[in-house]
Amino acid sequence: MQTEQTLSGKAVATQDVSVSSISLFFFRLKLWMKSPTPYLTLLGLSLFILTWWLTTEVWQLPRFEKLPGPVSVVKEWVSEDPAYGISIYTPEYYEHIWKSILRVLQAFGLATILGVPLGLFMGWKKTFKDYTFPVMEILRPIPMLAWVPLAILMFPEREMAIIYLTFLGSFFATTLNTLLGVESIDEAYFRAARCLGAKSRHIFFKVVVPGALPFIFTGLQISMGFSWFSLVAGEMLAGEFGLGYLIWNSFILVQYPVIVIAMVTLGVIGWSSSALIRFVGTLLMKWQSRGSSL
Amino acid sequence: MTTSTSTICPTGTSEMHLSPQPVGKLSIRNATKIYDPDGVNVLALDNCSMEVEAGEFCVIVGPSGCGKTTLLNAIAGFHDITSGDIFLDDELLCSGTKQAEPGADRIVVFQHGALFPWYTVLENVTFGPLVQGKMSASAAKKEAEEILAQMGLKGISHSYPSEISSGMRRRVEIARAMMNNPKVLLMDEPYRAMDALTKTIMHKNLLDVYDQSRKTIFFITHDLEEAIFLGTRVYVMTTRPGTIKKVIDVDLPRPRDYKILSSDRYLELKQEVIESVHEEAKKAFEAGEREMA
Amino acid sequence: MTQKKPVYFMGINLRKLRKSIFSKTTYRGIVAVIATVILWELCARFEVPIIGMIPAPSSVFSSLVEQLQDPAYWECWVVSYDRVLSGFIIAQIIGIPLGLIMGLSRHLRDLSFPTLEILRPIPPLAWVPTAVIFWPTPEMSMIFVTFLGAFFTMVLNILGGVKNIDVRYIRSAQSLGSSGFDIFRRIVLPATLPSLFTGMTVGMGITWAVVVAAEMIASRSGLGFLTWKSYVAGDYPVIVIGMISIGIAGYLSSAVIRLLGDRLTPWRKII
Repeated sequence: MQTEQTLSGKAVATQDVSVSSISLFFFRLKLWMKSPTPYLTLLGLSLFILTWWLTTEVWQLPRFEKLPGPVSVVKEWVSEDPAYGISIYTPEYYEHIWKSILRVLQAFGLATILGVPLGLFMGWKKTFKDYTFPVMEILRPIPMLAWVPLAILMFPEREMAIIYLTFLGSFFATTLNTLLGVESIDEAYFRAARCLGAKSRHIFFKVVVPGALPFIFTGLQISMGFSWFSLVAGEMLAGEFGLGYLIWNSFILVQYPVIVIAMVTLGVIGWSSSALIRFVGTLLMKWQSRGSSL
Repeated sequence: MTTSTSTICPTGTSEMHLSPQPVGKLSIRNATKIYDPDGVNVLALDNCSMEVEAGEFCVIVGPSGCGKTTLLNAIAGFHDITSGDIFLDDELLCSGTKQAEPGADRIVVFQHGALFPWYTVLENVTFGPLVQGKMSASAAKKEAEEILAQMGLKGISHSYPSEISSGMRRRVEIARAMMNNPKVLLMDEPYRAMDALTKTIMHKNLLDVYDQSRKTIFFITHDLEEAIFLGTRVYVMTTRPGTIKKVIDVDLPRPRDYKILSSDRYLELKQEVIESVHEEAKKAFEAGEREMA
Repeated sequence: MTQKKPVYFMGINLRKLRKSIFSKTTYRGIVAVIATVILWELCARFEVPIIGMIPAPSSVFSSLVEQLQDPAYWECWVVSYDRVLSGFIIAQIIGIPLGLIMGLSRHLRDLSFPTLEILRPIPPLAWVPTAVIFWPTPEMSMIFVTFLGAFFTMVLNILGGVKNIDVRYIRSAQSLGSSGFDIFRRIVLPATLPSLFTGMTVGMGITWAVVVAAEMIASRSGLGFLTWKSYVAGDYPVIVIGMISIGIAGYLSSAVIRLLGDRLTPWRKII
């Protein structure tokens, strides 16, 4: 069939040829190892760390000398007796991580449970959308972080306020992407389903839900990013635990290497959570991934 | 393909096959449709009347935007008509006051195809009987496998539509329609985007289905050769507002194959249709130019 | 049956416009918004838990009248806009060339992409303390964090845009006799413009979010600080005014970018 070439040089074949996936994987790995990509990647990363190290710890350039360097950060991170009390050997480190993850899980879970059905419904019933969409559109331009003071005011407990903030961040992204997903479904699928005798509930479960799934997962990935984004701000301003709080607290206590440890940890966890959603998405949408696997 | 003698007719008992009274007679009387997008009235169909006999392979040709699809959508029940009546087997299907309800007796094969990409071929083909609650899952599966095999589509039941070729997809879509034993098969330029070679295979396949089932087929196209090769009658529509300009009986014998493409009668008919359509196409083109300016 | 001709005024189809203004959708939207405001007022009056803590619209409105006459309020707008624009523009100046270079040279992409990918998942606000330590003035650190918010989105969108240019465009340009810089200027740049504007729209949204939070955390001025200060001072209706102001400011900025995008990429279908 047709192939469409793009500037990145990859040809996207629309027709699949059955090749065992394992041998395909090794074939690709071999090709990749022969290309300059892995070596340039390594070189790029080493250059980044080298620059960081040279500017902060070796040459101690003005302004840079105040920043924690890679050596001091790594030393602190893996030390059994850390100077500032946070390393992979201390339970406090894991407690902060766990607290943050727990908050994101609660907020993200709630946003998904409420946002996905709401978005599906808005896309499915025009009248419902007419009534709800304008209110959402008015609230949406307000960045979730502008809610911080109001959230603290509204909720009797700090913990609830932080979760509420994190929830807000992901809720809008999830709902709007789900809505967009339903609206992106080709009218022909609805017509085909009705032709074949499908009733309203069949159309909802067999057309609306699977058709919107790709957008829902894009939305969930974005919303996961937003959750971490708002969580950090919430924890910095109002937290008593968690990675955002750890960053802010270490700043106040002048324990600079800990800031970097917490930042990197945040990056790793944030990245892993998005990867997890992507993975679940590919599992649920075999019809998409299998068609374009070559 | 041709070795299979059984019919493509799911509730396929032999009596059904030999049913003395074929079904699927379509009577369209003075159908008129006015669109009102952007506050501008557009007359798409103007007093369009035609009688399609049961079991007829009826092909509608006409310039782009002449209201062919409007007519098909009204029959399928996707939208209403402003005035006039459409009857299916002498029962009122839709009129100026009543919109038809889409249903499994009039199945549409869409221009760009509408196999659900999230379901496998088998799940697509069994969709109709399962949502209607007409068959058990296992019976539907058996039936579907049979129909797929008859259409030369063995071994792809568990593939997703994105994994098979566009020609196969189109055939699966016809299989999905035939699963429901419809009275009328509504086909909206189904082979438009295909290359000439694939098209010939598709035509052969569709003619086999037609010869075996004798369903009424309401086929829209603007490929004139396709129209004569497939159709029992060719209806030429005028440019917008659309109405039937000319009906041409295609008296070529069935079963047809590619030998008739070089027969004198075929060439005569082709000439007749070309002359009739060309005039309308020119009008439509000039109207289009004006709209763009 | 007569065909009504469309009536145009300044390129706008008036019939279409009238139809969309007097549609059911508009009417329902207005009903929904009014109902929400009434519900909000009632919740505040009857001190419903949680939602009832939000200052009532009536009190917000009366304090809005005061605020609008206070030059200090308008000062906040200027300060926040100043920060947003500085950070955003710097992100464009650095991000656009970087994205283009990474899109065009595979080696440079391999070299720099992983580092970007490692830094990107770190939420911009996590950079606040580091920025405060590094930059000599708080203002500079705030602009730096704002810059980060828009920077990654810009680079990734442009990179994606360049990578997805259909190779046929380049080949047809080559066969028409252009080469080198010509292809860059006449093919690559215009083909990347749509994704550039997508990146700018998204980036602008993030920029406002970051500025607001950064002002709350580490500054003594701007709309974000206004909101935070009102909370600390117990002047609750002003919190809502601050939030609404931020919403309007963010919306205006995005609208300007959208308008600019429609102007500069007229070949895209305007919906």
